[in-house]
This record gives sequence, C-alpha cells and structure tokens, in this order.
Amino acid sequence: MAKWVRLLLGLALVMVLASPLFAKEQVVRVYNWSDYIDETVLDDFTRETGIKVVYDVYDSNEILETKLLTGKSGYDVVFPSGNFLSRQIKAGVFQKLDRAQLPNWKNLDPQIMKRVEGYDPGNLYGVVYMWGTTGIAYNDKLVKARMADAPVNSWSLVFDPAIIKTFADCGIFMLDAPDEMVPAVLNILGENPDSKDPKVLAKAEPVLMGVRPYVRKFHSSETINAIANGDICLAVMWSGDAGIAASRAEEAGKDFKVHFSIPKEGAQMWFDLMAIPKDAPNSQAAHAFINFLMRPEIIARASNVVTYANANAAAKPFMNKEIVDNPVVYPPPDVQAKLFVITPFDQASQRTLTRLWQKVKSGR
Amino acid sequence: MSGQPAQTPAPYVSPGPQTTAFEVLERTTSAFSFYGVLARFVQWLERSGRTLVIALPFLWLGLFFLAPFLIVLKLSFSETVLAVPPYAPLVAWLEENGLSYLTVRLNLSNYLLLFEDSLYVRAFLNSLRISAVATFLTLCVALPLANAMSRAPERWRALLLMMVILPFWTSFLIRVYAWIGILKPEGILNAVLIGLGVISEPLTILNTDIAVYIGIVYSYLPFMVLPIYASFEKMDPSLIEAAVDLGSPPIKAFWTITVRIALPGIIAGCLLVFIPAAGEFVIPDLLGGSETLMIGRTLWLEFFNNRDWPLASAVAIVLLAALTVPIVLFQRHQARRGGTDGAS
Repeated sequence: MAKWVRLLLGLALVMVLASPLFAKEQVVRVYNWSDYIDETVLDDFTRETGIKVVYDVYDSNEILETKLLTGKSGYDVVFPSGNFLSRQIKAGVFQKLDRAQLPNWKNLDPQIMKRVEGYDPGNLYGVVYMWGTTGIAYNDKLVKARMADAPVNSWSLVFDPAIIKTFADCGIFMLDAPDEMVPAVLNILGENPDSKDPKVLAKAEPVLMGVRPYVRKFHSSETINAIANGDICLAVMWSGDAGIAASRAEEAGKDFKVHFSIPKEGAQMWFDLMAIPKDAPNSQAAHAFINFLMRPEIIARASNVVTYANANAAAKPFMNKEIVDNPVVYPPPDVQAKLFVITPFDQASQRTLTRLWQKVKSGR
Repeated sequence: MSGQPAQTPAPYVSPGPQTTAFEVLERTTSAFSFYGVLARFVQWLERSGRTLVIALPFLWLGLFFLAPFLIVLKLSFSETVLAVPPYAPLVAWLEENGLSYLTVRLNLSNYLLLFEDSLYVRAFLNSLRISAVATFLTLCVALPLANAMSRAPERWRALLLMMVILPFWTSFLIRVYAWIGILKPEGILNAVLIGLGVISEPLTILNTDIAVYIGIVYSYLPFMVLPIYASFEKMDPSLIEAAVDLGSPPIKAFWTITVRIALPGIIAGCLLVFIPAAGEFVIPDLLGGSETLMIGRTLWLEFFNNRDWPLASAVAIVLLAALTVPIVLFQRHQARRGGTDGAS
C-alpha cells in the first residue's frame, strides 16, 4: 500500500513541477468564423514567430458575443462583425490596439477603414479582416430547370411567394440571422433597412411569414455544404460562403455551378474586424498575429481561399485574378452605391427583432 | 417511514487493532515530511470515514446542484445591462446624504414576461409533448429489447449489455450528426428505400418532428433499456412458466407479470428519458425543423440572441420547477412501494 501511494504522489509531484515548463510556450488563442482562413497561414505564423496558434471557430456573432460578455473568454484575437463590435466596445470588452505593434497598418485601404468608423470611431479597437455582402446563391441547373427566366438578380426570387414556391421542392436555406434577413426585407419594402422602430420592423413579418413555408432550413453554416452538394438550389447567404461553395462544387466535379448575385434592389454590406479582448492572456502575441494578417501576401492567401474581399490595398497583386475581377467580391461603384450597413440593435429593439424572428421560424 | 417495521441498526464496529495505512506510512516516513502530513490526513480519513461517506453526497449536491441553482435563481431576478457580465448586481451599496444603504433590487418582470407572451408557454407545452411521445416510443423499443436480453443465454448477456452501452464511447454530438447523413433527402435511408423500390420519391424526414423523435429514441435508449433490464433480470422465470401452465396466453403473462414486476425499472427509465429530453437542445437543433419549438431553443435565443441572461435564467427556473414534480411523484411512489414491501 505504502508503495503505490508513494508512486502516485511522486507522479503528482512530477506533473505539478512540469506544468510551468508547458506554460512557457507562447500561444495565441484565435476565435474566428468557420471556413474563414487559409489554414496554412496559421502554420506559417507559428514557423515564423514560434507562437503556437490555438484556433477555434463559431458560426454566429451571438455565440462570440456571449463568450465575450461572460468575460475571461481566454481568446486573444476575435473577429466580430461591425455592428456587434460597436456594441461590444460600449460594453468595455476590448482593449485599444497598440499601433506601434502593428507596423503593417500602412497596407490597409483607408477608404474601407473610414467606412467602419461608424462602428469604431478613430479605428481604435478593430482592424477590418474581410468584408462582404449578403445576397442570393443559386444552383444554375436546378433553378433553370424549374423557371427558365428566374429573376436571379432580384430579391423577388426568394421574397415573392409566387416565385419562391417554384423552388420549394429542390430546397431553400436562409440565414439564421434576423439582423441579416429583416433588413433585406425592409430594403425591398422601401423602408430604411437600418430602422429600429418596432412598427417598421413589424412590416417585415408578413413577407417572411409568406415565404417561410417554402424554406427548408434557417441556418448560417450548413449552407455551404448543402448548396455545394446540390442538396438545395437556393440560399440567402454571405458572398464569400457562396464562393467557397462554388469552388467545392467544381472540385467535386458536380454537373452544376453555384452562382451568387447581389440583388439589384441592394444588399447589406458587412465587415468582420479583428479585435483583442481586454482580458486577453497574451496581448503581445495577439498584436503579432493581427500584424501578420495585415501583410499583403498573407491576407491575399486567405482571400484566395475564402473568396472574400479584404481591406488590404497592397494585397491585390497577390490575389487570384478571378477574385479581384469578380464583381460579386469587389462590387463596381454603381452596385456599391446600393449597399447598406446596419448599426447595432439596443436591448428593446433586439427583443422585438428576436421575437419576430422566432415567430417567423416557428411559423406561429 | 412510520409504516416500516422497527429495525435495530447494525452496531458500528470500530476498525480495531489492525494495522492501519497510517501506521505503515509512519514507519517509513517522519511525521513532518510530505508523506507525514499525508499520513495524518489518511489517519483522519480513517477516523471520520463514516461522517465523510454521508457528507460527500451532500457536498456533491451542494456544490454541483444547489450552488449553480442559486446562481441561476439570483440571475433570474436581475436586469440586463450592456457590460461584462451583462446583468446588474442584485445587491449594491447606495450612497445617499452621507449614509450608505445596502439595497437589494428584485426584478420580477422576467417571470411576468414568461406568462405575458404565449411563446414561452407554447414552447414549454410543445417540449413536454415531444418528450412524452419520444419517451413512449423509447419504451416501445426498450421493453422487447430488455426482455430479449434478459432471456438470452447467460454467456451472451454481457456481450448484449456491452452492445447497448458501446455507442456511449463516441461523442453524443457526432452520433446525432450521423443521423443527418442517414435521414437527409439524398441520405442512406432514402437511397436504400428507393433502391428496394419501396418509395419512388425521397421521404422528407430530416428537419421535421419525426427526425427529433428518432434522435431522442436513439440517443436515450440505453437509459431506458438498462433499468428495465435490471428489473427483468431479477425476475424469477418460473413465474411466467406457472402462468403459462395455468393457461395464460404468453402476451397476457408478459403484461400482467413481467411488466408489473419491472414497473419500477420502467418508471425509472421513463424519467431518465423524459426529463433530459424535455430540455433537449442539440437534437432539435440539428435534426428538427424551424417549426420545432422547444424550450431548450427558446432559452438559447434568450441567452445568445437577446443577451438577456436574466430572462433565460427565469425560463430555466420555471423549467426546473416543472420537471421536479414528476421526480417527487416518483419518489412518493417508491416510498409507498418500499412501505408495502417491508410489511409483506
């Protein structure tokens, strides 16, 4: 008995003594959206700096926000969207970026950084990682087979019950994100898409209720695989996700193509920003990571994989021509003029929005 | 229990003059070394072991049930604010006219809202309905399964039991996710059925309530099978033989004898399935459709989308209160049974 007690104690002692040795290794803990980076970039970062990357993913701003508001999330770098970043800054979640540790700041496109000043005045807390639009992805073969002259460049494709019902049998997904779907509807109704007025928000309800019987699922991350496999033929989704789905379908040798359109009525433009929580365990490593991602040839590799536009003016020469020249990724000025942005919802309007969305999703 | 016959408790037998672990340790180490301290701890353990054995479960319950419950209860009376963490403290010092007051603010509006908006009541009733149907279906699968297992030859039983438990070795999430691959329109099930010529058009099962039922029955089956099997195994098979010899049809013998004897196991199994299924989030989220309204999802929306931790806590408290009722009823039933058993 004494023997094994001693053995166990010895083992425990070794483990206690050994743990500080492990702790000495530099680690940066990154929490990013799913399917949102070229993974080889992470390996290169570790090779160059010796800092290990722990990389976790989420598929909704809400999950990230809950972790941040709980405090002690343990993450060093996070990627909230602009409207969420704005609210989280007010809640005191982030630390100010130290520009001295971010020499690659000079590569950023000043015009895009100016656009996000509405969320983050003075660009004190966030660096734009990628930006994109929320539009419609479609399977060309399945859609054409059901309606030769389908209005693929209009929101009527998914918000007009008479049209969407034609495609109900081949499957339609919509984003499970009320702050994406409701503004899109308000926009085609001629209302201010950024309205927080409960009466205006309520106008979106009948439109969404009218089309919901034809929607197979409201989801934000399963959509890429679903449309790339041909399981569904229409989806309201994010521009870059549609790009990933298109390349996956092509790689798999599918007999159809996935296209994305920014509807002519206008669409939401959004930005995802890199930020550092106030209680980040390793703020220095976080700055190093962000600085690394602001290097033109590195962010270009990420954009090439995720097919989203970045905010790096110097990166374009390193990017695939199909992405730089793609009007869906970098919309021409006339399309850009019709894009709108959304500001954060306060507590009361957020409740109205969630309740409306719950009603839409449950159908009651 | 007053109905129970008086029983003299077994006298506590002290360990006596046998060699204790402490003595072994003391012989090899000095009292002030690391081992010495541990040895004294072991000695204390041996002396107060009885109290510890009783205290440990209470400590466990206090730490992992009562404390979290009180935190959630406290949260449910709070208010949301935009801060880290996103709720206002209940107790605060208020400075006024040079005096400080300890103020306690209880916000009851969260509970009121639960009954003002029909959403929560509907989500709750719907959860109970789905959970009840799923529990019944699980019972229908588990009864014959447990029966067959208990009647299998002795050497097979361990293997059969192993097969019931084995799925637990893989992640619950992955097992539920696998059902997406089976049930989806282009999935394995539809491919097989179309291949056999049973159906010509793929069945829409995924993202419906049926998929949720399948998910719950599959995931919770072992919780139903194990207690029922345990009751069956204890049963004397000659009871059935006697009934059949006396002219009872086997089905009737099964219902009147086997099921009756296994009733405690059946009730335990039903509770083990019903209670977690009512609060289930993963299965309806992955397999259910958008109209599958369950309280677990409602709670999620309050917590994540609305950032309203106090309201989410109020939902959790009401859910807990409502689910405690069947447990209490079951315990009453058990206590009554215990009483009659003791008297016979």
